[in-house]
Amino acid sequence: MTIYNFYLFDREGQLLHYAEWIRKKQSGMARDEEAKLMYGMIFSIKSFVTKVSPVDLREGYLTYTTNKYRLNLYETPSRYKFILNTDIHAQGIKELLHQIYTQVFVEYVVCNPLCPLTKPIESELFAAKLEEVVKQSPAYASRPA
Amino acid sequence: MSRQSMRANDPKKVSGELFTLTYGSLIAQLLKDYENVDDVNRQLERMGYNIGMRLIEDFLARANPGRCYDLRDTADKIQQAFKLYLGVSPSIGSWSPGGDEFSVVLETNPMAEFVELPDHCLGLRYSNILAGVIRGACEMVQLEVMAWFIADQLKGDNVTEIRVKFVKRLEDAIPAGED
Repeated sequence: MTIYNFYLFDREGQLLHYAEWIRKKQSGMARDEEAKLMYGMIFSIKSFVTKVSPVDLREGYLTYTTNKYRLNLYETPSRYKFILNTDIHAQGIKELLHQIYTQVFVEYVVCNPLCPLTKPIESELFAAKLEEVVKQSPAYASRPA
Repeated sequence: MSRQSMRANDPKKVSGELFTLTYGSLIAQLLKDYENVDDVNRQLERMGYNIGMRLIEDFLARANPGRCYDLRDTADKIQQAFKLYLGVSPSIGSWSPGGDEFSVVLETNPMAEFVELPDHCLGLRYSNILAGVIRGACEMVQLEVMAWFIADQLKGDNVTEIRVKFVKRLEDAIPAGED
């Protein structure tokens, strides 16, 4: 099991933070272009899923899986989107994303009045804590062979 | 980590008096800076709005209440938030027939202990910051509401009453298109 990379978007679709741990293949485009594509895809998947769903959808958690990786999206009621790419066997990612929201984002960005909420996060403390929380998670610990 | 685990179970408590007195000195300073009480009311509402925008995240993270699907849900959560942040349980009532308006009624207002309004600022809505907080917090979860005071113990009413009116649901932003 492993964790590849992380995106955080605000309600307007702006990329607030990007972090990566293992990424063997780069997309070959600028980070902001990639972020736009990512957000656009998430946006489309969300509206598609809501329209096509045969039952009422209420949860703010969504994942899709390819045969190589899994994308995990956690969306707060205030529309912040936390995206984590992991391998397909990773467990407990929903809890990890919730933990990133409550213990890293809220503590070190929202409770920091010097961090604007609509600009990319510059706080080094935030980046350091994110790193810490992800590296402590069991999903990160066991590397693939 | 100790800090977070402490907060998760038991939100850090501070003395209510410290909060009340700090708020009191803010009001006193605003009254000095703006001679007109209407300007003070407006400033308080704006400050509340800015607080609400951030406070909602803390509330969502701590109480994990999920999304609101109707206004009654919202009212319950506002009640829960008052409990969490101010340590009081307001009652919710006076629903309008259309179900788009309700009142938050406080038996005691923790923000206005030790306060007497002098005659020259009867127009002052002392706790107006709360109205701003409610508006700011709701806006962040796609609800545009209006909030205002209709009764205030400081002005001789029996209870403190905040009226909240639903205006509209805000839609999800569409991603910026390719140029």
